[in-house]
Amino acid sequence: MLYDFAIIGAGVTGAAISRELSKYKVNVVVIEKLSDIATETTKANSGIVHAGYDAPAGSWKAKMNVKSNPLFDQVCNDLYIPFKRIGSFVVALAGQGTGYIEELYQNGVERGIPVEIIKDLAAIKKLEPNISNETEAVLHAPTAGVISPFLLAIAMAESANINGVEFHFNSPVQNIENMGKFFIVDTPSRSFQAKAIVNAAGLYADEVSKMAGDETFKITPRKGEYLLLDKMGDFVRKVLFPVPTKKSKGILVSPTIDGNIFLGPNARDQDSKLDTSTTLSGLDEVIEGGRKLIPNVPLGDSITNFAGLRAVSDTNDFIIGESTKVPRLFQAAGIQSPGLSSCLGIADELVDIIKASPNLSGTEIKLKENFHASREKPVIFHDLSWSERDALIKQDKTFGHIICRCETVTEGEIVQAIKRPIGARTVDGVKFRTRVGMGRCQGGFCTPRVIKLLARELNVDEEEIVKREPSTRYFFGETKDFRKENAPIMNGRPIQQ
Amino acid sequence: MIQKETDVVIIGGGPAGLAAAVEANSAGCKVMIVERDDGLGGILQQCIHPGFGLHEFKEELAGPEYAQRYIDMLGKTKIEVMKGTMVLDMTPKKEIFAINENGVVKIAAKAIVLAMGCRERTRGAIKIPGFRPTGVYTAGTAQRFVNIEGFMPGTRYVILGSGDIGMIMARRLTWEGAKVEAVVEIMPYPSGLIRNKVQCLDDFGIPLYLSHTVVRVHGKDRVTGITIAKVDENWKMVPGTEIFFSCDTLLLSVGLIPENEVSKKAGVKLGKTNGPEVNQFLQTNVDGIFASGNVLQVHDLVDNVAIEAKKAGKMAALAVKGMKIPSVNAGDAVPLVAGNGIGYVLPTKINTIVDDALVKETGTVKISLRVKKPANDINLKVKNGSTEIYKKFYKHMRPSEMIIFELDPVVLNGIDKKLPLEVYIEPKEQKEVAKK
Repeated sequence: MLYDFAIIGAGVTGAAISRELSKYKVNVVVIEKLSDIATETTKANSGIVHAGYDAPAGSWKAKMNVKSNPLFDQVCNDLYIPFKRIGSFVVALAGQGTGYIEELYQNGVERGIPVEIIKDLAAIKKLEPNISNETEAVLHAPTAGVISPFLLAIAMAESANINGVEFHFNSPVQNIENMGKFFIVDTPSRSFQAKAIVNAAGLYADEVSKMAGDETFKITPRKGEYLLLDKMGDFVRKVLFPVPTKKSKGILVSPTIDGNIFLGPNARDQDSKLDTSTTLSGLDEVIEGGRKLIPNVPLGDSITNFAGLRAVSDTNDFIIGESTKVPRLFQAAGIQSPGLSSCLGIADELVDIIKASPNLSGTEIKLKENFHASREKPVIFHDLSWSERDALIKQDKTFGHIICRCETVTEGEIVQAIKRPIGARTVDGVKFRTRVGMGRCQGGFCTPRVIKLLARELNVDEEEIVKREPSTRYFFGETKDFRKENAPIMNGRPIQQ
Repeated sequence: MIQKETDVVIIGGGPAGLAAAVEANSAGCKVMIVERDDGLGGILQQCIHPGFGLHEFKEELAGPEYAQRYIDMLGKTKIEVMKGTMVLDMTPKKEIFAINENGVVKIAAKAIVLAMGCRERTRGAIKIPGFRPTGVYTAGTAQRFVNIEGFMPGTRYVILGSGDIGMIMARRLTWEGAKVEAVVEIMPYPSGLIRNKVQCLDDFGIPLYLSHTVVRVHGKDRVTGITIAKVDENWKMVPGTEIFFSCDTLLLSVGLIPENEVSKKAGVKLGKTNGPEVNQFLQTNVDGIFASGNVLQVHDLVDNVAIEAKKAGKMAALAVKGMKIPSVNAGDAVPLVAGNGIGYVLPTKINTIVDDALVKETGTVKISLRVKKPANDINLKVKNGSTEIYKKFYKHMRPSEMIIFELDPVVLNGIDKKLPLEVYIEPKEQKEVAKK
């Protein structure tokens, strides 16, 4: 089969482009190295839709962010993705001056973004009661929002899949051959032929581009570490940015879409594209930064820490468009912050570029008549009223069985997450779709139960179930077999059994 | 929606809930247990090691055996048990909203006993840096994998925390054929019971690293190793003291947190133990809602859980029967505060004006506490202002053991109610010790 487009990478950028292309009468395949949608940079970032005043004027970052921000309401509405425009503050503390936020204010005005500067501490405290008393002024941008980056990516991929896009996981691209009229993309399990390639390979976009014959840019991983706190009502209400200092670009404090609070990220360039480990010094940096904005942030309610890697290009900007070296290689590379905020704009822009490309004149790119903009609404038990819950359980009793007690996730929701198009196949897959295990006990209670449900629904042994990749298994056999082969020692002697 | 009414609702069918239910029932109340699991017994069902019931039944039982004793007692009563039913909400008017396979259940109760137990502190709560691979589990999760599900979660282990579950799992895993490389404890002494250190670590030659902690988890997909390091008095890592262990699993036994999400929904105020603030009648700030077991304070022995829970069950029953149980918020309630050497002390407040009829039912005022660090040859004292109202000598006190002592209600009559009661320890003078 000759595909019209092979999209490499199923992060939020690849997912957005796949959905945009699925509106057209073209054959599209998405090839993903890892086991699921949104498993790398997309799963570990701030989950913020920026207003768009921040990036330098004229940059792709600025253009795409400004274009993308207003598009979120429609997509989130169509695909049932929780999204809240909670607004953001850039916080100028005493001694930092207001020059920086005034600059951003100007950017906002020029770009048509609603912004205001608030200087009255009482007025600021009314909107953000726990903000530092040292606050001198804030830039308020009401159109900034919070979203779950993985739910967004998963929903867009599902939508693309419903509209005919194929997805292949556990398929790292090993080689790309340019055959003139088409490319051959090799992965360990199979090869794909496609007329055009869309490079949305995140951290590996430079390597994919190089395989296709374009070595014009390099991606450097920039680590960002986070501390996630438990849910605590409206203790923090808005996305809070600091004024950057010489030492640090700045640590945010913000609620997540689910009502948790996070602190982070820091920014540390590194060589490794694999090293997503957190460090003591990094977490200390994050805490120190967060406390400047919210001095009494309740660190005792920390539930986890994690790190993500930003894919930073050597131009420090997004790389968007058809390769200047290789015709029909379309780049969506260097997508770091504000990448999540920009993904809808990037998809839109890139598909326009594709449609206009003279190198694709042989491929007719026409809109489908029967594009399904929506998808089946996922049940979120937690959000239902008592009478809705009662009715739902009467219809399907698996919704009367709580699996994750911290996040109130039911068996029914987990089964649904497994059975949907591009359903969950791993414990993390279930987690990112349903919030199972994301709460304060961090999977201590539900992990054994989720493993059981996955095994039951996928009709495999529990031992086969993994957290993420095939190398993330949980078990080393059954206890009775293990004991036979490994006689235990007590007081220096093997125990007879 | 199914609507139900009863006298006493017990939330949780673990050891505390079972004991509270049996007691409330024998006091003549209509009792209902709401349990989220498909069976009763709570965490005891996965505690297949012996050591339960020594005080209560004068026998050494395994966890499930201990639970079965109560389940059998329950079988002879009319106590209603709703299994597979999870409480999601509770109001100050003592209405409970729960769900099970039949739908939403709304229960109107005259009194409630909170007996939801506790959960384990996780990696995130103690900020261990490194990767996030598979192979990092709380000791209780690993215990479930091994004892209930029958799977080996690892072959070579490092265990962080010398809490009882951690040490018991060190033995269990060794018994199952795995290798436990080290048990690592941030404190300068083991945080679990001494008998567990002897029986679970020493007998198997498992090294215990005191004043050490995990400073890094290695392995992106699966744990490949753990680095530990020595810590100073402020729990800061001492550079240059790192030790690396090659292993595939890290177990965490780093403390338990009372599980009070439902309590908070009814407006129950929590105190220093992360459990509800209670008076000597185990009543919370919400009249008619009582708390006992690990949801109130993390206990050392299940026998102590049962004693406390029976009292809560009895108090709930008395409240239903119309006896006035004094409120924690009442003016006569004097705070009990943790003084020198004391980690926490319960009850939060002691009511000083109590009906004779209630005193007759309840007897002495039971006070429970934990000390901050091990101490020998000390006096435990209670003072009100400068007046000492209680003193008892202890040869040893350890944070792993709950200290329970009783105050005669009579001594409370004479105290200055404007001043708190302070519980503290001080070293016994050498001469005095020598005499003993």
